[in-house]
Amino acid sequence: MNSEAKTSVQGNDFQQRNQEWRVALYEATAEVFDLMVGEPVARQDNLIAEGPNDTTAMVGLAGALCGVLSIRCSAASAAGIASKMLGEPVESTNSTDQLCDALGEICNMVAGNFKARIEGLQEKCMLSVPTVITGQDYSLHSLADDDRLEVALLFQGGTIILRLEVHG
Amino acid sequence: MSNIRALIVDDSSVMRKIVERCLRQAGVELGTVYEASNGAEGLAVIGNNQVDLILSDINMPVMDGLEFVKNLQAAANAKGVPIVMITTEGGEAQVTQALTLGAKGYIRKPFTPDQVKQHVVPLLRAD
Repeated sequence: MNSEAKTSVQGNDFQQRNQEWRVALYEATAEVFDLMVGEPVARQDNLIAEGPNDTTAMVGLAGALCGVLSIRCSAASAAGIASKMLGEPVESTNSTDQLCDALGEICNMVAGNFKARIEGLQEKCMLSVPTVITGQDYSLHSLADDDRLEVALLFQGGTIILRLEVHG
Repeated sequence: MSNIRALIVDDSSVMRKIVERCLRQAGVELGTVYEASNGAEGLAVIGNNQVDLILSDINMPVMDGLEFVKNLQAAANAKGVPIVMITTEGGEAQVTQALTLGAKGYIRKPFTPDQVKQHVVPLLRAD
């Protein structure tokens, strides 16, 4: 990654920072899918409102940036990701462990790749191990003060929503 | 570079499979491939088996990769075995710490098979 492309965690106003971080988040995710999944994703911001929530992977960030990065998608999309990563078919109905493993690892890599793109975060922001939630009947409640940004992506015809919630 | 016995330590089974696949794509002719989901399991494998190559994640539950590498210093079966860290945590401080503790290389996720080849194959040849 070109260091000149890095954006600063300080000094920008809120909206500009969020716009830059949204781009960094998309680029970080696109690279992870290109290299580790072997199939590209396309940005689809108009799909955020319709995002699925069958499977949600989360990674906590602590240090210079505190918050949570989450990726949510349908079980079918998670199975598609796992299948591509493993190079073998993975069923969405009876392979929960593999789906969770794959989506959790994607979330972990996106978080790591994202913070590498933001100046000042690589050395001063630690990541938690991923947590994955499956099922539809749940709600996530954040204590963040509405400081969040979302990016919607299209993968194999299914929507994937990335959300970064900033706590401080 | 034939019949290489490798230990892959990562809490993600998917990632362990990807690393193994990348090693094969890099031209490494693998013999037995041992897997462990954290550093403690990795130490147990090393305690009972001789390996030629160790690849380890850093950010893992139970025992992380840095603690694992530190503990390998006391493991007889690990003496002279090249260790390569593969992780999302690519900070300079962690790289330095891992290398100081005995790791010979460092690959940041996401990675390509070529990057695995570039970092691993020379270590096996040097061995």
